[in-house]
Amino acid sequence: MGLNMKKMINLKPSRTSAIIIGLLPFVLLLVIYMVSSDARLAINPSDKMLPAFSQMGDAIYRMAFEPSRRTGDYVFWQDTLSSLGRLGAGVLIAALLGLVIGLLTGALPVVNASFSPLLTVISLVPPLALLPILFIVVGLGEASKITLIAIGITPFIARDIQRRTQEIPSEQLVKAQTLGASTSQILIRVLLPQIMPKLIDAIRLSLGSGWLFLIAAEAISSTDGLGYRIFLVRRYLAMDIILPYVAWITLLAFLIDFLLARLNRRLFPWSLEGGA
Amino acid sequence: MSQSIQTKTAVSNVKKAAVTPIIQGTNIGKSYGQDIILERVNVSVQEGEFITLVGASGCGKSTFLKMILGIETATEGELLLDGKPIPNEPGSDRGIVFQQYSVFPHMTVLENVIAAKGFQKSSITGYLFGKEKKVAKQEAAEMLAQVGLGHALNRYPHELSGGMKQRLAIAQAVICKPRILLLDEPFGALDPGIRADMHALVLDLWHKHKLTIFMVTHDLKEGFYLGTRLWVFDKLRHDPHSPNAYGASITYDLPVGHMPEPLYDEIDQQLRPITKMEQPISSME
Repeated sequence: MGLNMKKMINLKPSRTSAIIIGLLPFVLLLVIYMVSSDARLAINPSDKMLPAFSQMGDAIYRMAFEPSRRTGDYVFWQDTLSSLGRLGAGVLIAALLGLVIGLLTGALPVVNASFSPLLTVISLVPPLALLPILFIVVGLGEASKITLIAIGITPFIARDIQRRTQEIPSEQLVKAQTLGASTSQILIRVLLPQIMPKLIDAIRLSLGSGWLFLIAAEAISSTDGLGYRIFLVRRYLAMDIILPYVAWITLLAFLIDFLLARLNRRLFPWSLEGGA
Repeated sequence: MSQSIQTKTAVSNVKKAAVTPIIQGTNIGKSYGQDIILERVNVSVQEGEFITLVGASGCGKSTFLKMILGIETATEGELLLDGKPIPNEPGSDRGIVFQQYSVFPHMTVLENVIAAKGFQKSSITGYLFGKEKKVAKQEAAEMLAQVGLGHALNRYPHELSGGMKQRLAIAQAVICKPRILLLDEPFGALDPGIRADMHALVLDLWHKHKLTIFMVTHDLKEGFYLGTRLWVFDKLRHDPHSPNAYGASITYDLPVGHMPEPLYDEIDQQLRPITKMEQPISSME
């Protein structure tokens, strides 16, 4: 501040002011929402488009803490559990497949030559277009949703891991061989451990698409789940349920990402600094 | 500059007749398409020699080292290890220390050396268990103490200085008891003071483990101080219009220790013709 104002490009906010200006847009959006909601509800108290926070709270309280009259389930938690289960299973399968394919194609030129073109073509197929095929082949149950997520993100993880494997300095591979290492020893002892933190990074990046495929699959064929619910209550214009559900999904996505980042730092302290 | 330079072989080859040389190269050449890197390299090295390879950058000294290592193959001539064609992939008889990336960043100092012991075993993973692991750990700790890393066993490579990393890389290589140790500008990135320590370490290990050492360096002084024999890589013929038309060869093959001053200056000047030419330009500034 003052007379000799720095150039914009050199202007860095302090820690506190960074938090404040970071929170500002959130507060602003909330205020805009509340004002608009109040305005609409003042004109028409039964308006459904922009429910008040109290209405959303009531709706979610009913979903989360009162058993459903129809099934006796606590719908909100049941939906959360089902969705996380599908997402977890799909991502886990994709991570395992992606790791194996990526590591082998990245490390072994022969495998790379035979697999890479196929992998490239598969990664270009829009996974959602495969959903009808999955429904036909594996049925409408859990398997089709999990398979969709797995098919959707495996190519991304595989190609990312392949590139990360190739980025490991070849000096290390030569060095290992001069110490007497065999191919399997190099794969398991030199490459695999160094790829693990990259795998977690790849999972974090692919979770966005994971949610997309999950919600799409649930919207089309399901009997529970977060995606199923918001598409179901859409019929009644139940914005008081849809909006908190979207916020909940966002929070879950954030938490999973946060936990994976923490896990990475905890498990692989050596990966913080660049190569040795 | 352009007087005829012939290979001046001053090394006496008295022993040559009796013992098979550990490394023998006849008429070795290396080219990538039109670009000729090396040509007509003839060498014969006995077990236990310590050879330093010097030369301007891009003159093929590292390429020659990589041929011994097994990651490059000669396009001409023949390179023999113990009288047999050299394997075309790296193996545990030829250890290497690169300028960087020579250690495994995901293992601690101790684990790095234990892993080297584990790789000697022909198992799928190379993990050691029970008594075997105990013995390897003991041996690794001793080796690390020898190279001066006894106090840093549980640190990760990113927590080590450049010199310590190279000590670790050397310990890793030596514990596998290679017959030949290849050093590719191992101390190029280190401070002069630390370099002197590293020189002492390498000479010590060379004596103790009876290694045959090839060391590439761009530091002529280092080349003269260390080892028993110096090779200078340079181009015998030059075509200014097509710099890659002729490859480099070994222009001097000298025993280390008795070097007349003028010859040192002559080699020094040959290795740095570019800096000599740049000097007037920089002095005008």
